[in-house]
Amino acid sequence: MVEPTPAVPAAAAEPAARFTGFSLWYGTFQALYGVDLQVEAGRITSLIGPSGCGKSTLLRSVNRINERLGYVRTEGAVAVHGVDVYAAQNALVQVRKQVGMVFQRPNVLPLSIRDNVIFGHRLHSRGAGRTTRADEDAIVEGALRQVLLWDDVKDRLNRRAAGLSLEQQQKLCIARLLPVKPRLLLMDEPCSALDPKGTEAVEELIWELRGEYTILLVTHNMAQARRASESCVFMLLGKMIEHTPTDEMFVTPQRQETADYIEGRYG
Amino acid sequence: MFEATDLNRRDARTQRLVRALFLLMTVLLAAPVLLILGVLLVKGGTMLSWDFLFTEPTNGMTAGGVLPALVGTVWLVAIALLASVPVGVAAAVYLSEYAPDNVLTRVINLAIINLAGVPSIVHALFGLGAFVIFFGFGTSILAASLTLAIMTLPVVIVATREALQAVPHAFREACWNMGATRWQTIWRVVLPNAVSGILTGVILEVSRTAGETAPIMFTGAAFFLPFLPASVFDQTMAMSLHLFVIATQVPDVPEALPYGVALVLIGMVLAMNALSIGLRTWLRQKKKW
Repeated sequence: MVEPTPAVPAAAAEPAARFTGFSLWYGTFQALYGVDLQVEAGRITSLIGPSGCGKSTLLRSVNRINERLGYVRTEGAVAVHGVDVYAAQNALVQVRKQVGMVFQRPNVLPLSIRDNVIFGHRLHSRGAGRTTRADEDAIVEGALRQVLLWDDVKDRLNRRAAGLSLEQQQKLCIARLLPVKPRLLLMDEPCSALDPKGTEAVEELIWELRGEYTILLVTHNMAQARRASESCVFMLLGKMIEHTPTDEMFVTPQRQETADYIEGRYG
Repeated sequence: MFEATDLNRRDARTQRLVRALFLLMTVLLAAPVLLILGVLLVKGGTMLSWDFLFTEPTNGMTAGGVLPALVGTVWLVAIALLASVPVGVAAAVYLSEYAPDNVLTRVINLAIINLAGVPSIVHALFGLGAFVIFFGFGTSILAASLTLAIMTLPVVIVATREALQAVPHAFREACWNMGATRWQTIWRVVLPNAVSGILTGVILEVSRTAGETAPIMFTGAAFFLPFLPASVFDQTMAMSLHLFVIATQVPDVPEALPYGVALVLIGMVLAMNALSIGLRTWLRQKKKW
């Protein structure tokens, strides 16, 4: 992505992500139908809907990881802070730098805790002068503090990351995104592999990151969407049905399909 | 209500029978190895001494030691690996990490499988034609090593590819999704985690290469040459060919001598295998997952 111009006054209202008539096909199967959606900057937006409704596909369209499958075709546009991520001149690695992603199962790298956190920074800071050991320490500490993990791991930064609990691993996966200063965090059911205590801790963390980061959160857990998001998008069969503030969606849904889903009549 | 029925008893009998049969097969599998080692030790054990390892053959190869052959085998294997490992690892990385699934890739895979199936005598003749004559290396260590290298390649490629594929896909995805390029992913995450598997494959290959006779017979190994090679363009003796020669071509060889040579050759191979296991254990302990 091109470095965005410094905040002009209008930028405050600019959505962090904007889908315009976005459709996507896996081979001949159409997974998304002309989605129009604006994700407000600095807020947590959750995507809900029954299995197969396209919420994960929509999320994965933002950092273009669907493309790896090879038989994916898209139409329409996805813009992150006004810049089209599918435009030919934009480098994929820059898109991935600006748009961090967290997966269902924590996918820590087979490195030490410290190396996991600093990994992205090392990738993207090459050529920008040397980072001293002290700078790296500061970056690691900052990121781990921000994900509320510092006190747990500060004495074992050089131990392997795979030895942490799942909850800690998932926090580490979030922490390692932060040093490269992404503009948008995509989370694909980040708590579904965790126990209730871990879920609570990670939800709390997501809530803490609100404001500083824009978060787009896919969840199949409606209670989680209700607890941990400010804005909620309901999807069904590849279409965006409704997008309202979370507290309105769960109290006064505007569309019949939304109401039926929330009340558990299907899904 | 829980008594065994006739059917249960019959099932249990079958169970015992199958188990015993498979155990027998497994024991039979181990028997030849133990027998070979046992016979070699009994018949050739008396030959073993430092003198045997570190002196030249004398009296028309009916006495003396194996030094030139031992050193020759080390040369041949070392240069063969220097040639085949970089090429094989690079090819495996390409095939496993980059190659799209298309006709070209399939043709290459087929070529590798068929290369592994080429008989060693055919490799020998190819080496004679290509390295000795066409490239003009003459019968030399270089020509023989390159012939061995080509024989070794498919195994290096397959072992490396398997080691690469044993690295969980999630690691690659995690890297890519942080904006790492394919090469950064391979260099920083995939290769460091595959290196133990690659090394194991390479070292096992060493033991096979050390024993090959046919490919070096026409390309660089000499019947009798009681000097140490001075450069890669010299010919050399080799353990495998030396064993063949004294066992079949030289009259009046004392009975223990071929057994002693075979024992040294097997000793080299077993030492390499032990090294491979040790290395693998050590590298596994260093792994961060």
